[in-house]
Amino acid sequence: MTTIIDASKNGGKPVAHGESHGEHPDYRLFGLLIFLASESLMFGGLFASYLIYRASTTTWPPEGTEVELLLPAINTIILISSSFVIHQGDSAIKKNNVGGMRFWYVATALMGIVFLGGQVYEYLNLGYGLSTNVFSGCFYVMTGFHGLHVLVGVLLILGVVWRSRREGHYNESKHTGVEMAEIYWHFVDIIWIVLFALLYILTRL
Amino acid sequence: MTQAELPLHTPPSQSQGHQHPEKWSWYHYFWYNTDHKVIGIQYLVTSFLFYLIAGVMALFMRAELSTPDVDLLSPELYNAFLTNHGTMMIFFWVVPAAIGGFGNYLIPLMIGAKDMAFPNLNAIAFWLNPPAGLLLMISLFFGGAQSGWTSYPPLSLITNNVGQSLWILAIVLVGSSSIMGSVNFLVTIFKMRVPDMTWDNLPLFCWAMVATSILALFSTPVLAAGLVLLLFDINFGTGFFRPEMGGNVVVYQHLFWFYSHPAVYLMILPIFGIMSEVIPTHVRKPIFGYKAIAYSSLAICIVGLFVWVHHMFTSGTPPWMRMFFTISTLIVAVPTGVKIFSWVATLWGGKIRYTSPLLFGVGLLAMFVFGGLSGVTLGTAPFDLHVHDTYYVVAHFHYVLFGGSVFGIYAAIYHWFPKITGRMYNETLGRIHFVLTFIGANLTFLPMHELGLKGMPRRIAMYDPQFTTINQICTYGSMLLGFSVLPFMVNMVWSWMKGQPAGRNPWRALTLEWQTTSPPAIENFDEDPILWAGPYDYGIDTQGAEEETVEEMLEEVKAEVS
Amino acid sequence: MAKEKETVPISLITLTLGIAVTGISFWYGQNNGLLPEQVSEQAPLVDDFFQVMVTIGTALFLLVEGAIVFIMIKFRRKKGDETDAPYVEGNLPLEIFWTAIPAFIVIGLGIYSVDVYSQMGGFDAIGSGIAHNHSHHSVEIASLPGSEANLLMAEGDNREYGMGATPVEGKLPPDLTVNVTGIQYAWLFNYPDTGIVAGELHVPVGKDVQLSIEAQDVIHSFWLPQFRIKQDAIPGEKTLLRFVATQTGHYPVVCAELCGAYHGAMRTEVIVHNQEEYNQWVAENQIAAVPDLNKAVAVQQERSDGAFLEPFVEQMGVNEHTVTALQHLH
Ligand code: HEA
Ligand code: HEA
Ligand code: CUA
Ligand SMILES: [Cu+2]
Repeated sequence: MTTIIDASKNGGKPVAHGESHGEHPDYRLFGLLIFLASESLMFGGLFASYLIYRASTTTWPPEGTEVELLLPAINTIILISSSFVIHQGDSAIKKNNVGGMRFWYVATALMGIVFLGGQVYEYLNLGYGLSTNVFSGCFYVMTGFHGLHVLVGVLLILGVVWRSRREGHYNESKHTGVEMAEIYWHFVDIIWIVLFALLYILTRL
Repeated sequence: MTQAELPLHTPPSQSQGHQHPEKWSWYHYFWYNTDHKVIGIQYLVTSFLFYLIAGVMALFMRAELSTPDVDLLSPELYNAFLTNHGTMMIFFWVVPAAIGGFGNYLIPLMIGAKDMAFPNLNAIAFWLNPPAGLLLMISLFFGGAQSGWTSYPPLSLITNNVGQSLWILAIVLVGSSSIMGSVNFLVTIFKMRVPDMTWDNLPLFCWAMVATSILALFSTPVLAAGLVLLLFDINFGTGFFRPEMGGNVVVYQHLFWFYSHPAVYLMILPIFGIMSEVIPTHVRKPIFGYKAIAYSSLAICIVGLFVWVHHMFTSGTPPWMRMFFTISTLIVAVPTGVKIFSWVATLWGGKIRYTSPLLFGVGLLAMFVFGGLSGVTLGTAPFDLHVHDTYYVVAHFHYVLFGGSVFGIYAAIYHWFPKITGRMYNETLGRIHFVLTFIGANLTFLPMHELGLKGMPRRIAMYDPQFTTINQICTYGSMLLGFSVLPFMVNMVWSWMKGQPAGRNPWRALTLEWQTTSPPAIENFDEDPILWAGPYDYGIDTQGAEEETVEEMLEEVKAEVS
Repeated sequence: MAKEKETVPISLITLTLGIAVTGISFWYGQNNGLLPEQVSEQAPLVDDFFQVMVTIGTALFLLVEGAIVFIMIKFRRKKGDETDAPYVEGNLPLEIFWTAIPAFIVIGLGIYSVDVYSQMGGFDAIGSGIAHNHSHHSVEIASLPGSEANLLMAEGDNREYGMGATPVEGKLPPDLTVNVTGIQYAWLFNYPDTGIVAGELHVPVGKDVQLSIEAQDVIHSFWLPQFRIKQDAIPGEKTLLRFVATQTGHYPVVCAELCGAYHGAMRTEVIVHNQEEYNQWVAENQIAAVPDLNKAVAVQQERSDGAFLEPFVEQMGVNEHTVTALQHLH
């Protein structure tokens, strides 16, 4: 991903043959959206399998592998609110406020790290492991995959913050990298909401 | 306004850090390079090497099958060859050659762009392939994956874990590569066409690549999910596909085929695109029914996402599923038929040149129709119950894969050889290659239909002696096929070094890639290309100007424009 | 572009060709000789269907390939002719025609498939209560006792895939139920009513036989080529095949799903007896077999033991290296 962002160094030039393709002459956003559409199918595959397993098993989750709700709920709140936080950062850069953008982005990254910490804490205290049964397998694989995405998101955000050291690297008219990190972060959030519904809410119904 | 820009649109001299040499030297082809043309050639050459390896495995398998007993290969080795033959042919030959190779080489040229939208991503996508291939080769030293290219659990969980794990990693790598590639293709085609190129005069190869990319983007991640679960089952003690732990083996089959059925269309849609380029050019006639061909690619892409259960008719699938997917499968025949008939109609009344690309194109038409028709019979559940997992299926998919995809790749190689190398290939050798391949393919794969119908299952090293004779015919055919690549390789190597210089446009074709030099300059076009005719407008603009060369006409058009 | 086609001789030729193509297609559909003997009630249904498809397929094949060959000869470039061909971009009616005809054909084939599938008994697969009253009992015996899979898979018991009763057989219970177990690399046949365990399948001719299929280790696929039916044996999931044999004799039973190195050797026979022979076979084997059902189950539990297979080697037609390989494995 970083290599793509690199290209923005040369940014800011007017489009060679101006014209036809409207608002977004920078292709990276478009590319990212396509990529995320594809990525969501990967989760889609996992979710579908999970639902099949659930449908074919009487007690779901099987005894002894119940999930905890309090911590994940807190975690969820943190992650969801971080989406609003990161959006503040985006608004800031659109007003050419680099400092504000950095502030909100660092805050988002911190929230992401707290989320990951909570996730690790939960793993350590659940008392069952990856291979206990199919439910626990699904649980760890799904949350683990998502956690990996959160990690990547945090790194992207920190990358943006790191880049923004350079005077004028991002400004009101040139901030695709900032936007991309934000979109990616929203994606991670949306996936979590579905995941939360599947793993923590559907298991109580 | 967001106005960041890729360096592509700035002339080479101005773009910092992107200092190109005037021309690539040979060693540039062996290392990380972001030029889409270099990447395209890298894809083509590496994938061809894998084709040879996988082909040699097939020859060994055929040799084993010339007698009913196990003599040449141990059954384990047979299964390892079988698995890696299928895997390499699909993931390391047809997909990278057709999509990676020609997709990369042609798309920017055809739409008049300087490169792909994300050159670095493109290079990375390519460089995932060699390590993946290496993993597969290494796995062979550990006995190789032995559970077929489908790798159904529980078998894949209990046989040769090392080989199987390496296999999974290899597939996940090429899968990621294919996703990156698809993102690139879509963005490039959507955003980087020369200003005048509307969707209505986009070359059909690009249309096909749009459909291909969408298909790859939607299906590949699902395979990745399935394979990751399999990897966990093998190495980390989970039980997703272990029935004794509450797992369900049929789930894997759904995840696998949700990708792998579309994968077969991934392997044919770009080929369909190639057909639509090759045929009009060599018969000097516009493509018949441009719109129908363009949209039928999309139709195949969409319907193709909903037919995967036809590979699982005998598995754990309830009746409604069997019936639903019977119908959806049959529907695919309609858009495919539209293409076939349109090509036949394009040929009709044309002035057909018996060049190697055209011969392979027509050979493809002949063989693909046969394979498609047997596919339709397979699509009906009641009949598939009889022939599923038999040589009838093997016959079907070699007709479409060998007779379709491989013939198509050959056609494309011959067709664009002058563009890629700047030299002409040898026509006589090309025709010999075609004749040998055509006869060999039919000799090898036609008798397999009967084998399957009469009761020979696939993936076996030892079989009922009643099938010996037919198997021997297949084996002879495969020897002919093995032999048939020799004229091809001689032709390629010799012509690349010594062939006649080809000039810009030896076929007098109308798509943009022929407007630039052969081989094209590093950023493709010395001057911005001009869209002076539709991609297939043979017979109107050129008719009155028989003695004019395309170059001269181009000059005129340019003069008019400026 | 119809101008060229209007001359009378061409339409005459077309007519003759049409008749010839139709004739050849029908003839080849009937006489292709590609399928083996028909031994079950399902076989003629499938074969008739196949004949129809071959007929249509041959016609399409001849049309398309014929057109290609004709074109390749007729329209090849004359020497020295560098001009382009006439500009023809398309022809809407023609395109509609060749979209509609295939659509028509595939819809027809689709409906026909559903019909054949229904007559074969495909729609009864998910255990309809009454039909299995009798067999259910045996199904339970055959299931892995105490395996976790059973506890976890709630609906595991009535999830049966495959071929059930045909509409004609309706809700009648089958005449004979056999439990089939696939293991690497053999089929075991367990007759719950008589306690016989065998390495090949014996059935009486003309009787309604139901196989309850399962697999112990990996996926296998139970295929009777002469009966035109096949169903995977899936670990953890029970499947079903129901058929009426129509002709006595010995016919192959083939494993069609890759199940390991010796998958190709996983072959045995189905022997269709007439009723007396069958009774005799039952009588002979009942003495030999232990009539104790529990024993039958126990036998299955020892499934992965290569040594257990040895007594069956001959009658199952498993060749020696299969057994040796099995012994190596364990
Ligand atoms: C390039 C690859 C490719 C292509 C294009 C196709 C095309 C088709 N395939 Fe094939 N298929 C494979 C590669 C491919 N297949 C492979 C690799 C396997 C085996 C996988 C494995 O198990 O290892 C397989 C297996 C396979 C099966 C599973 C068989 C089994 O395991 O039991 C089925 C079943 O439905 C099937 C059906 C079809 C159909 C209906 C088409 C259709 O798209 C064909 C459409 C084309 C035509 C129909 C011909 C032209 C049309 C006309 C002339 C119009 C008029 C026609 C009619 C009205 C019928 N294929
Ligand atoms: C694009 C795909 C593709 C292609 C091109 C081929 C090509 C060939 N295939 Fe393949 N095949 C598959 C895809 C393909 N196959 C798949 C997916 C399977 C299923 C696997 C599975 O069940 O899991 C399969 C399975 C399969 C089987 C079934 C095995 C079984 O079920 O037991 C057989 C058997 O005959 C076979 C044969 C051949 C032959 C003879 C060729 C020939 O066309 C090959 C011709 C040979 C060459 C072109 C090599 C020439 C090389 C030389 C002469 C050496 C020169 C060397 C140097 C100069 C270094 N294939
Ligand atoms: Cu059992 Cu193949
Ligand atoms: Cu398919």
